[in-house]
Amino acid sequence: MNLLSARHITHGYQARSGIGARANKNIVLEDVSLAIAPGETVALLGRSGCGKSTLARLLVGLENPDSGEVEFEGQPVRRLDKAGRARLYRTVQMVFQDPPGAVNPRATVGEIVGEPLGPLCGLRGNDARDRVMALLRAVQLSEDDYGKYPQQMSGGQLQRVCIARALGPDPKLIILDEAVSNLDLHLQTQMLDLFEALRQEHGVSYLFVTHDLRLVERFCSRLVVMAQGRIVEESAVAQPLALRSPEGKALAQAVLPPFPRARPAHAEGSLLPAGA
Amino acid sequence: MKPLTLSIQNLSAYSERQGVRHSLLNDVSLDIRAGEVLALIGASGSGKSLTCSVSLGLLPPGVRRAGGSVAVDGQPQPPEPLRGRLVATIMQNPRSAFNPVRTMRQHAYETFRALSIPKPEWPSRIEQAMQEAGLDDAARVLDLHSFEMSGGMLQRMMIALALASEAPFLFADEPTTDLDLIVQREILELLDRLRTERGLGILLVTHDMGVVAAIADRVAVMDAGRILERGPVMEIFHHPRHSQTRRLVDAHLSLYRLDRAA
Repeated sequence: MNLLSARHITHGYQARSGIGARANKNIVLEDVSLAIAPGETVALLGRSGCGKSTLARLLVGLENPDSGEVEFEGQPVRRLDKAGRARLYRTVQMVFQDPPGAVNPRATVGEIVGEPLGPLCGLRGNDARDRVMALLRAVQLSEDDYGKYPQQMSGGQLQRVCIARALGPDPKLIILDEAVSNLDLHLQTQMLDLFEALRQEHGVSYLFVTHDLRLVERFCSRLVVMAQGRIVEESAVAQPLALRSPEGKALAQAVLPPFPRARPAHAEGSLLPAGA
Repeated sequence: MKPLTLSIQNLSAYSERQGVRHSLLNDVSLDIRAGEVLALIGASGSGKSLTCSVSLGLLPPGVRRAGGSVAVDGQPQPPEPLRGRLVATIMQNPRSAFNPVRTMRQHAYETFRALSIPKPEWPSRIEQAMQEAGLDDAARVLDLHSFEMSGGMLQRMMIALALASEAPFLFADEPTTDLDLIVQREILELLDRLRTERGLGILLVTHDMGVVAAIADRVAVMDAGRILERGPVMEIFHHPRHSQTRRLVDAHLSLYRLDRAA
Protein backbone atom coordinates (compact mmCIF):
# COMPACT_ATOMS: atom_id res chain seq x y z
CA MET A 1 0.00 0.00 0.00
CA ASN A 2 1.14 3.53 -0.69
CA LEU A 3 2.17 5.56 2.32
CA LEU A 4 0.88 8.81 0.96
CA SER A 5 -0.81 9.61 -2.31
CA ALA A 6 -2.43 12.51 -4.09
CA ARG A 7 -5.33 11.73 -6.41
CA HIS A 8 -6.34 14.23 -9.08
CA ILE A 9 -5.56 17.23 -6.91
CA THR A 10 -6.53 20.69 -8.11
CA HIS A 11 -5.77 23.68 -5.92
CA GLY A 12 -5.65 27.43 -6.22
CA TYR A 13 -5.35 30.61 -4.24
CA GLN A 14 -7.53 33.67 -4.23
CA ALA A 15 -5.58 36.56 -5.73
CA ARG A 16 -6.44 40.04 -4.56
CA SER A 17 -5.31 43.23 -6.18
CA GLY A 18 -4.74 46.34 -4.09
CA ILE A 19 -7.39 46.59 -1.39
CA GLY A 20 -9.13 43.44 -2.55
CA ALA A 21 -11.26 44.98 -5.26
CA ARG A 22 -10.71 42.38 -7.95
CA ALA A 23 -10.44 38.77 -6.89
CA ASN A 24 -9.88 35.81 -9.15
CA LYS A 25 -8.61 32.35 -8.37
CA ASN A 26 -5.08 31.55 -9.36
CA ILE A 27 -4.85 27.84 -10.16
CA VAL A 28 -1.56 26.47 -8.80
CA LEU A 29 -2.09 22.72 -9.22
CA GLU A 30 -4.15 21.07 -11.88
CA ASP A 31 -5.11 17.38 -11.79
CA VAL A 32 -1.94 16.19 -10.06
CA SER A 33 -1.62 12.55 -8.98
CA LEU A 34 1.41 11.23 -7.14
CA ALA A 35 1.98 8.21 -4.88
CA ILE A 36 4.89 7.46 -2.56
CA ALA A 37 5.54 3.85 -1.49
CA PRO A 38 7.45 2.85 1.67
CA GLY A 39 11.23 3.12 1.24
CA GLU A 40 10.92 5.07 -1.97
CA THR A 41 12.87 8.24 -2.79
CA VAL A 42 10.95 10.45 -5.17
CA ALA A 43 12.34 13.68 -6.63
CA LEU A 44 9.87 16.45 -7.37
CA LEU A 45 11.54 18.77 -9.86
CA GLY A 46 10.56 22.06 -11.38
CA ARG A 47 11.26 25.75 -11.58
CA SER A 48 10.16 28.07 -8.83
CA GLY A 49 6.46 28.84 -9.12
CA CYS A 50 5.55 25.50 -10.72
CA GLY A 51 3.53 24.32 -7.71
CA LYS A 52 6.03 21.95 -6.04
CA SER A 53 5.81 23.53 -2.60
CA THR A 54 2.01 23.76 -2.74
CA LEU A 55 1.83 20.07 -3.53
CA ALA A 56 4.13 19.36 -0.57
CA ARG A 57 1.93 21.45 1.76
CA LEU A 58 -1.17 19.58 0.62
CA LEU A 59 0.54 16.20 1.08
CA VAL A 60 1.38 16.85 4.74
CA GLY A 61 -2.15 18.07 5.42
CA LEU A 62 -1.30 21.74 6.06
CA GLU A 63 -4.10 22.60 3.63
CA ASN A 64 -6.88 20.68 1.96
CA PRO A 65 -7.05 20.62 -1.85
CA ASP A 66 -9.95 22.38 -3.65
CA SER A 67 -10.73 19.10 -5.37
CA GLY A 68 -9.21 15.64 -5.38
CA GLU A 69 -7.99 13.69 -2.39
CA VAL A 70 -4.79 13.21 -0.38
CA GLU A 71 -4.73 9.72 1.10
CA PHE A 72 -2.63 8.52 4.04
CA GLU A 73 -2.34 4.73 4.26
CA GLY A 74 -5.38 4.52 2.01
CA GLN A 75 -7.56 6.89 4.10
CA PRO A 76 -8.56 10.36 2.83
CA VAL A 77 -6.63 12.85 4.98
CA ARG A 78 -9.56 15.26 5.27
CA ARG A 79 -11.64 12.54 6.98
CA LEU A 80 -8.99 11.39 9.48
CA ASP A 81 -10.06 11.48 13.13
CA LYS A 82 -7.86 12.98 15.84
CA ALA A 83 -5.83 9.81 16.37
CA GLY A 84 -5.41 9.41 12.60
CA ARG A 85 -4.17 13.01 12.30
CA ALA A 86 -1.66 12.44 15.10
CA ARG A 87 -0.41 9.32 13.30
CA LEU A 88 -0.13 11.33 10.05
CA TYR A 89 1.92 14.04 11.78
CA ARG A 90 4.19 11.45 13.39
CA THR A 91 4.63 9.45 10.19
CA VAL A 92 5.05 12.33 7.74
CA GLN A 93 7.47 15.12 8.58
CA MET A 94 8.45 18.07 6.47
CA VAL A 95 11.53 20.30 6.30
CA PHE A 96 10.81 23.71 4.83
CA GLN A 97 13.07 25.74 2.58
CA ASP A 98 13.26 28.87 4.74
CA PRO A 99 14.77 27.83 8.10
CA PRO A 100 14.53 31.24 9.88
CA GLY A 101 10.83 31.31 9.01
CA ALA A 102 10.30 27.75 10.22
CA VAL A 103 11.50 28.21 13.80
CA ASN A 104 10.36 30.27 16.75
CA PRO A 105 12.99 33.03 17.17
CA ARG A 106 12.36 33.12 20.93
CA ALA A 107 12.93 29.39 21.45
CA THR A 108 16.31 27.73 21.96
CA VAL A 109 17.58 25.04 19.61
CA GLY A 110 16.82 22.47 22.33
CA GLU A 111 13.23 23.66 22.62
CA ILE A 112 12.77 23.74 18.83
CA VAL A 113 14.05 20.20 18.26
CA GLY A 114 12.31 18.90 21.40
CA GLU A 115 8.92 20.46 20.71
CA PRO A 116 7.34 17.59 18.72
CA LEU A 117 8.76 14.87 21.01
CA GLY A 118 6.24 15.37 23.83
CA PRO A 119 2.94 15.45 21.96
CA LEU A 120 3.94 13.03 19.18
CA CYS A 121 6.22 10.55 20.96
CA GLY A 122 5.42 10.94 24.67
CA LEU A 123 9.06 11.80 25.44
CA ARG A 124 9.56 14.28 28.27
CA GLY A 125 12.22 15.51 30.69
CA ASN A 126 15.60 13.80 30.49
CA ASP A 127 14.43 11.31 27.84
CA ALA A 128 13.48 14.18 25.57
CA ARG A 129 16.76 15.95 26.31
CA ASP A 130 18.82 12.85 25.50
CA ARG A 131 16.87 12.40 22.29
CA VAL A 132 17.50 16.03 21.28
CA MET A 133 21.25 15.65 21.95
CA ALA A 134 21.36 12.50 19.80
CA LEU A 135 19.47 14.30 17.02
CA LEU A 136 21.85 17.28 17.13
CA ARG A 137 24.82 14.92 16.81
CA ALA A 138 23.13 13.10 13.92
CA VAL A 139 22.96 16.34 11.91
CA GLN A 140 26.58 17.28 12.79
CA LEU A 141 25.64 20.00 15.25
CA SER A 142 27.28 20.17 18.66
CA GLU A 143 25.68 19.66 22.06
CA ASP A 144 26.75 23.23 22.83
CA ASP A 145 24.14 24.37 20.30
CA TYR A 146 21.33 23.14 22.62
CA GLY A 147 20.95 26.46 24.41
CA LYS A 148 21.53 28.73 21.42
CA TYR A 149 18.87 30.92 19.81
CA PRO A 150 18.16 30.86 16.06
CA GLN A 151 19.78 34.26 15.47
CA GLN A 152 23.06 32.92 16.89
CA MET A 153 23.25 30.29 14.16
CA SER A 154 24.10 30.47 10.49
CA GLY A 155 21.51 29.59 7.83
CA GLY A 156 23.10 26.18 7.25
CA GLN A 157 23.19 25.37 10.97
CA LEU A 158 19.57 26.40 11.38
CA GLN A 159 18.56 24.22 8.45
CA ARG A 160 20.12 21.27 10.25
CA VAL A 161 18.14 22.18 13.38
CA CYS A 162 15.00 21.85 11.24
CA ILE A 163 16.20 18.52 9.85
CA ALA A 164 16.87 17.27 13.42
CA ARG A 165 13.33 18.34 14.44
CA ALA A 166 11.85 16.42 11.51
CA LEU A 167 13.85 13.27 12.35
CA GLY A 168 12.70 13.40 16.00
CA PRO A 169 9.41 11.47 15.79
CA ASP A 170 11.01 8.68 13.66
CA PRO A 171 8.91 9.51 10.60
CA LYS A 172 8.31 7.07 7.77
CA LEU A 173 8.17 9.79 5.12
CA ILE A 174 10.14 13.02 5.10
CA ILE A 175 9.22 15.76 2.68
CA LEU A 176 12.31 17.85 1.98
CA ASP A 177 11.33 21.13 0.37
CA GLU A 178 14.68 22.45 -0.93
CA ALA A 179 15.92 21.39 2.48
CA VAL A 180 19.56 20.89 1.58
CA SER A 181 20.02 23.44 -1.20
CA ASN A 182 21.28 26.15 1.15
CA LEU A 183 23.82 23.88 2.86
CA ASP A 184 27.49 23.67 1.94
CA LEU A 185 28.27 20.85 -0.41
CA HIS A 186 30.00 18.62 2.10
CA LEU A 187 27.10 19.12 4.53
CA GLN A 188 24.67 18.36 1.69
CA THR A 189 26.56 15.14 1.10
CA GLN A 190 26.53 14.30 4.81
CA MET A 191 22.79 14.97 5.11
CA LEU A 192 22.06 12.86 2.02
CA ASP A 193 24.19 10.05 3.47
CA LEU A 194 22.23 10.33 6.74
CA PHE A 195 18.92 10.19 4.85
CA GLU A 196 20.13 7.20 2.84
CA ALA A 197 21.19 5.36 6.01
CA LEU A 198 17.74 5.98 7.55
CA ARG A 199 16.14 4.68 4.36
CA GLN A 200 18.17 1.49 4.41
CA GLU A 201 17.84 0.84 8.14
CA HIS A 202 14.26 1.99 8.80
CA GLY A 203 12.68 2.06 5.34
CA VAL A 204 12.11 5.82 5.46
CA SER A 205 10.71 7.32 2.23
CA TYR A 206 11.50 10.76 0.90
CA LEU A 207 9.86 13.29 -1.31
CA PHE A 208 12.77 15.42 -2.38
CA VAL A 209 11.56 18.75 -3.71
CA THR A 210 14.36 20.45 -5.62
CA HIS A 211 15.55 22.07 -8.78
CA ASP A 212 19.06 20.69 -8.49
CA LEU A 213 19.43 17.73 -10.80
CA ARG A 214 22.85 16.83 -9.42
CA LEU A 215 21.29 15.79 -6.12
CA VAL A 216 18.52 13.83 -7.81
CA GLU A 217 20.93 11.58 -9.61
CA ARG A 218 22.71 10.90 -6.37
CA PHE A 219 19.79 10.35 -4.04
CA CYS A 220 16.52 9.49 -5.80
CA SER A 221 15.06 6.40 -7.42
CA ARG A 222 12.16 8.03 -9.25
CA LEU A 223 11.58 11.54 -10.52
CA VAL A 224 8.58 13.69 -11.33
CA VAL A 225 8.90 16.95 -13.27
CA MET A 226 6.28 19.65 -12.82
CA ALA A 227 5.60 22.69 -14.96
CA GLN A 228 2.84 25.23 -14.51
CA GLY A 229 0.95 23.18 -11.97
CA ARG A 230 0.97 19.92 -13.91
CA ILE A 231 3.13 16.83 -13.94
CA VAL A 232 4.90 16.78 -17.29
CA GLU A 233 7.29 13.88 -16.86
CA GLU A 234 7.63 10.81 -14.64
CA SER A 235 10.41 8.27 -14.86
CA ALA A 236 12.87 6.10 -12.98
CA VAL A 237 16.21 7.80 -12.29
CA ALA A 238 18.67 6.42 -14.82
CA GLN A 239 22.37 7.17 -14.94
CA PRO A 240 23.11 9.44 -16.59
CA LEU A 241 19.82 11.28 -16.25
CA ALA A 242 17.99 11.62 -19.55
CA LEU A 243 15.04 13.96 -19.30
CA ARG A 244 12.67 14.14 -22.23
CA SER A 245 10.17 16.91 -21.45
CA PRO A 246 11.10 20.48 -22.51
CA GLU A 247 10.95 21.55 -18.83
CA GLY A 248 13.22 18.67 -17.79
CA LYS A 249 15.69 19.52 -20.54
CA ALA A 250 15.76 23.19 -19.51
CA LEU A 251 16.60 22.15 -15.94
CA ALA A 252 19.30 19.79 -17.18
CA GLN A 253 20.91 22.55 -19.23
CA ALA A 254 21.02 24.91 -16.26
CA VAL A 255 23.22 22.55 -14.22
CA LEU A 256 26.43 24.38 -13.35
CA PRO A 257 29.77 23.16 -14.72
CA PRO A 258 31.94 20.86 -12.58
CA PHE A 259 35.20 22.58 -13.55
CA PRO A 260 36.06 26.16 -14.45
CA ARG A 261 36.93 26.70 -18.07
CA ALA A 262 40.36 27.94 -19.05
CA ARG A 263 39.84 31.45 -20.32
CA PRO A 264 41.86 34.56 -20.95
CA ALA A 265 41.29 37.36 -18.44
CA HIS A 266 38.45 39.72 -19.38
CA ALA A 267 37.32 37.52 -22.27
CA GLU A 268 34.15 38.51 -24.08
CA GLY A 269 31.05 36.37 -24.23
CA SER A 270 29.45 33.77 -22.02
CA LEU A 271 31.67 32.01 -19.52
CA LEU A 272 29.09 29.34 -18.89
CA PRO A 273 29.21 26.29 -21.14
CA ALA A 274 27.29 26.44 -24.40
CA GLY A 275 23.81 25.02 -24.56
CA ALA A 276 21.60 27.57 -22.79
CA MET B 1 39.06 57.78 -12.62
CA LYS B 2 37.50 54.49 -11.61
CA PRO B 3 39.07 52.79 -8.59
CA LEU B 4 40.91 49.58 -9.40
CA THR B 5 41.30 47.69 -6.12
CA LEU B 6 39.34 47.45 -2.92
CA SER B 7 41.49 45.92 -0.19
CA ILE B 8 40.15 44.48 3.01
CA GLN B 9 43.16 44.47 5.32
CA ASN B 10 43.67 42.40 8.48
CA LEU B 11 40.01 42.44 9.47
CA SER B 12 39.31 40.93 12.90
CA ALA B 13 36.06 40.70 14.83
CA TYR B 14 34.82 38.96 17.96
CA SER B 15 31.71 38.46 20.07
CA GLU B 16 31.58 38.40 23.83
CA ARG B 17 29.45 35.94 25.79
CA GLN B 18 29.54 35.89 29.59
CA GLY B 19 32.82 37.74 29.58
CA VAL B 20 34.49 35.29 27.19
CA ARG B 21 35.71 36.51 23.81
CA HIS B 22 34.93 34.36 20.79
CA SER B 23 37.02 35.24 17.78
CA LEU B 24 34.83 35.39 14.63
CA LEU B 25 37.20 36.90 12.07
CA ASN B 26 40.93 36.58 12.38
CA ASP B 27 43.21 38.74 10.25
CA VAL B 28 41.15 38.49 7.06
CA SER B 29 42.71 40.20 4.04
CA LEU B 30 41.20 40.23 0.54
CA ASP B 31 41.80 42.22 -2.65
CA ILE B 32 38.83 42.81 -4.92
CA ARG B 33 39.92 44.06 -8.33
CA ALA B 34 37.87 45.90 -10.95
CA GLY B 35 36.65 43.58 -13.70
CA GLU B 36 37.16 40.45 -11.61
CA VAL B 37 35.05 38.07 -9.57
CA LEU B 38 36.66 36.99 -6.30
CA ALA B 39 34.75 34.05 -4.83
CA LEU B 40 34.80 33.68 -1.05
CA ILE B 41 34.03 30.09 -0.13
CA GLY B 42 34.03 28.02 3.04
CA ALA B 43 31.86 25.97 5.39
CA SER B 44 28.71 27.45 6.88
CA GLY B 45 29.57 29.59 9.88
CA SER B 46 33.15 30.17 8.68
CA GLY B 47 32.67 33.96 8.53
CA LYS B 48 32.06 34.60 4.81
CA SER B 49 29.01 36.82 5.23
CA LEU B 50 30.45 38.42 8.35
CA THR B 51 33.53 39.48 6.36
CA CYS B 52 31.25 41.41 3.97
CA SER B 53 29.20 43.09 6.68
CA VAL B 54 32.07 43.92 9.06
CA SER B 55 34.17 45.40 6.25
CA LEU B 56 31.24 47.73 5.47
CA GLY B 57 30.90 48.66 9.14
CA LEU B 58 27.67 46.70 9.61
CA LEU B 59 28.11 44.82 12.86
CA PRO B 60 25.46 42.28 13.86
CA PRO B 61 24.29 42.66 17.50
CA GLY B 62 27.00 41.57 19.93
CA VAL B 63 29.78 41.59 17.34
CA ARG B 64 32.71 43.98 17.71
CA ARG B 65 35.43 44.90 15.32
CA ALA B 66 38.89 44.26 16.76
CA GLY B 67 40.96 45.70 13.97
CA GLY B 68 41.53 46.00 10.28
CA SER B 69 40.73 48.51 7.59
CA VAL B 70 39.43 48.89 4.07
CA ALA B 71 41.39 50.77 1.45
CA VAL B 72 40.49 51.75 -2.11
CA ASP B 73 43.56 52.06 -4.34
CA GLY B 74 45.68 52.33 -1.22
CA GLN B 75 43.60 55.09 0.38
CA PRO B 76 42.07 54.01 3.73
CA GLN B 77 38.29 54.44 3.74
CA PRO B 78 35.90 54.76 6.69
CA PRO B 79 32.92 52.37 6.34
CA GLU B 80 30.09 54.92 5.90
CA PRO B 81 31.10 56.37 2.52
CA LEU B 82 31.91 52.85 1.30
CA ARG B 83 28.35 51.65 1.63
CA GLY B 84 26.30 52.38 -1.47
CA ARG B 85 28.87 54.77 -2.96
CA LEU B 86 31.84 52.50 -3.55
CA VAL B 87 30.32 49.15 -2.67
CA ALA B 88 26.81 48.03 -3.58
CA THR B 89 25.44 44.91 -1.92
CA ILE B 90 23.07 42.17 -3.04
CA MET B 91 21.99 39.36 -0.77
CA GLN B 92 20.66 35.83 -0.69
CA ASN B 93 17.04 36.59 0.01
CA PRO B 94 16.10 39.66 -2.03
CA ARG B 95 12.56 39.60 -0.66
CA SER B 96 13.74 40.50 2.83
CA ALA B 97 15.79 43.39 1.42
CA PHE B 98 12.69 45.28 0.25
CA ASN B 99 10.12 47.14 2.30
CA PRO B 100 6.83 45.37 1.47
CA VAL B 101 4.74 48.55 1.63
CA ARG B 102 6.93 50.53 -0.79
CA THR B 103 7.02 50.26 -4.58
CA MET B 104 10.19 49.59 -6.54
CA ARG B 105 10.16 53.24 -7.65
CA GLN B 106 10.13 54.41 -4.02
CA HIS B 107 13.07 52.10 -3.26
CA ALA B 108 15.05 53.48 -6.20
CA TYR B 109 14.34 57.10 -5.31
CA GLU B 110 15.25 56.49 -1.66
CA THR B 111 18.62 55.17 -2.87
CA PHE B 112 19.17 58.20 -5.11
CA ARG B 113 18.20 60.62 -2.33
CA ALA B 114 20.70 58.95 0.02
CA LEU B 115 23.42 59.25 -2.63
CA SER B 116 22.53 62.94 -3.30
CA ILE B 117 21.90 62.34 -6.99
CA PRO B 118 20.09 65.30 -8.68
CA LYS B 119 16.35 64.63 -8.86
CA PRO B 120 15.86 65.18 -12.62
CA GLU B 121 18.20 62.24 -13.29
CA TRP B 122 16.23 59.75 -11.18
CA PRO B 123 13.71 58.33 -13.69
CA SER B 124 16.14 57.82 -16.57
CA ARG B 125 18.85 56.49 -14.28
CA ILE B 126 16.74 53.71 -12.75
CA GLU B 127 15.12 52.77 -16.07
CA GLN B 128 18.52 52.42 -17.71
CA ALA B 129 19.86 50.31 -14.84
CA MET B 130 16.78 48.07 -14.93
CA GLN B 131 17.21 47.57 -18.68
CA GLU B 132 20.80 46.56 -18.05
CA ALA B 133 19.76 44.14 -15.30
CA GLY B 134 17.30 42.45 -17.67
CA LEU B 135 14.07 44.07 -16.45
CA ASP B 136 12.68 45.22 -19.78
CA ASP B 137 9.31 46.50 -18.69
CA ALA B 138 10.69 49.12 -16.27
CA ALA B 139 7.62 51.37 -16.32
CA ARG B 140 5.39 48.55 -15.11
CA VAL B 141 7.85 46.96 -12.66
CA LEU B 142 8.55 50.29 -10.91
CA ASP B 143 4.94 50.37 -9.71
CA LEU B 144 5.13 46.87 -8.18
CA HIS B 145 5.67 45.89 -4.55
CA SER B 146 8.08 43.09 -3.59
CA PHE B 147 5.26 40.59 -2.93
CA GLU B 148 4.03 41.03 -6.51
CA MET B 149 7.37 39.92 -7.94
CA SER B 150 9.22 36.60 -8.28
CA GLY B 151 12.55 35.93 -6.56
CA GLY B 152 14.39 36.23 -9.88
CA MET B 153 12.78 39.60 -10.66
CA LEU B 154 13.63 40.86 -7.15
CA GLN B 155 17.27 39.83 -7.51
CA ARG B 156 17.40 41.62 -10.88
CA MET B 157 15.91 44.68 -9.15
CA MET B 158 18.59 44.47 -6.44
CA ILE B 159 21.22 44.36 -9.18
CA ALA B 160 19.52 47.29 -10.96
CA LEU B 161 19.68 49.34 -7.75
CA ALA B 162 23.34 48.41 -7.37
CA LEU B 163 24.05 49.48 -10.97
CA ALA B 164 22.08 52.71 -10.60
CA SER B 165 24.29 53.67 -7.66
CA GLU B 166 27.28 53.37 -10.01
CA ALA B 167 29.33 51.86 -7.20
CA PRO B 168 32.44 50.31 -8.76
CA PHE B 169 32.38 47.28 -6.43
CA LEU B 170 29.65 44.77 -5.65
CA PHE B 171 29.40 42.43 -2.65
CA ALA B 172 27.13 39.56 -3.68
CA ASP B 173 26.30 37.27 -0.73
CA GLU B 174 24.88 33.97 -2.03
CA PRO B 175 23.04 35.90 -4.77
CA THR B 176 21.58 32.83 -6.50
CA THR B 177 21.10 30.38 -3.64
CA ASP B 178 17.36 30.89 -3.32
CA LEU B 179 16.69 31.03 -7.05
CA ASP B 180 15.79 28.14 -9.30
CA LEU B 181 18.54 26.79 -11.51
CA ILE B 182 17.32 28.39 -14.69
CA VAL B 183 17.07 31.83 -13.08
CA GLN B 184 20.41 31.21 -11.34
CA ARG B 185 22.05 30.72 -14.70
CA GLU B 186 20.54 33.95 -16.02
CA ILE B 187 21.69 35.94 -12.97
CA LEU B 188 25.22 34.49 -13.20
CA GLU B 189 25.37 35.42 -16.87
CA LEU B 190 24.24 38.92 -15.95
CA LEU B 191 26.95 39.28 -13.25
CA ASP B 192 29.48 37.91 -15.71
CA ARG B 193 28.50 40.52 -18.30
CA LEU B 194 28.65 43.35 -15.75
CA ARG B 195 32.14 42.27 -14.75
CA THR B 196 33.35 42.30 -18.36
CA GLU B 197 31.41 45.24 -19.76
CA ARG B 198 31.18 47.53 -16.75
CA GLY B 199 34.41 46.46 -15.12
CA LEU B 200 32.56 45.82 -11.87
CA GLY B 201 34.73 44.29 -9.14
CA ILE B 202 32.68 41.54 -7.49
CA LEU B 203 33.14 39.78 -4.14
CA LEU B 204 30.96 36.70 -4.46
CA VAL B 205 30.14 34.74 -1.32
CA THR B 206 28.91 31.27 -2.19
CA HIS B 207 28.86 27.71 -0.92
CA ASP B 208 28.31 26.27 -4.40
CA MET B 209 31.52 25.32 -6.20
CA GLY B 210 29.45 25.10 -9.39
CA VAL B 211 28.86 28.84 -9.12
CA VAL B 212 32.58 29.31 -8.51
CA ALA B 213 33.43 27.21 -11.59
CA ALA B 214 30.98 29.19 -13.69
CA ILE B 215 32.04 32.70 -12.89
CA ALA B 216 35.00 33.20 -10.51
CA ASP B 217 38.43 34.49 -11.54
CA ARG B 218 40.05 34.05 -8.15
CA VAL B 219 39.01 32.17 -5.02
CA ALA B 220 39.65 32.68 -1.30
CA VAL B 221 38.84 29.81 1.08
CA MET B 222 37.72 30.57 4.63
CA ASP B 223 37.49 28.42 7.72
CA ALA B 224 36.79 29.42 11.33
CA GLY B 225 37.26 33.11 10.57
CA ARG B 226 40.59 32.81 8.75
CA ILE B 227 41.60 32.76 5.11
CA LEU B 228 43.20 29.36 4.54
CA GLU B 229 44.12 29.60 0.92
CA ARG B 230 43.70 31.89 -2.06
CA GLY B 231 44.49 31.51 -5.71
CA PRO B 232 43.29 31.59 -9.32
CA VAL B 233 40.16 29.47 -9.87
CA MET B 234 42.04 26.87 -11.97
CA GLU B 235 44.61 26.35 -9.21
CA ILE B 236 41.91 25.93 -6.58
CA PHE B 237 40.07 23.30 -8.61
CA HIS B 238 43.04 21.38 -9.94
CA HIS B 239 45.75 21.88 -7.31
CA PRO B 240 44.12 22.76 -3.99
CA ARG B 241 46.79 23.03 -1.31
CA HIS B 242 44.80 23.03 1.91
CA SER B 243 42.91 19.93 3.11
CA GLN B 244 39.76 22.03 3.66
CA THR B 245 39.89 23.24 0.05
CA ARG B 246 40.39 19.70 -1.17
CA ARG B 247 37.33 18.64 0.80
CA LEU B 248 35.19 21.38 -0.76
CA VAL B 249 36.36 20.56 -4.29
CA ASP B 250 36.03 16.80 -3.82
CA ALA B 251 32.52 17.07 -2.34
CA HIS B 252 31.52 19.24 -5.30
CA LEU B 253 32.99 16.87 -7.88
CA SER B 254 31.42 13.85 -6.22
CA LEU B 255 28.05 15.30 -7.23
CA TYR B 256 29.16 14.86 -10.82
CA ARG B 257 30.83 11.53 -10.06
CA LEU B 258 34.17 13.08 -11.01
CA ASP B 259 37.45 13.45 -9.19
CA ARG B 260 40.20 16.03 -9.40
CA ALA B 261 42.31 14.00 -11.79
CA ALA B 262 39.49 14.07 -14.38
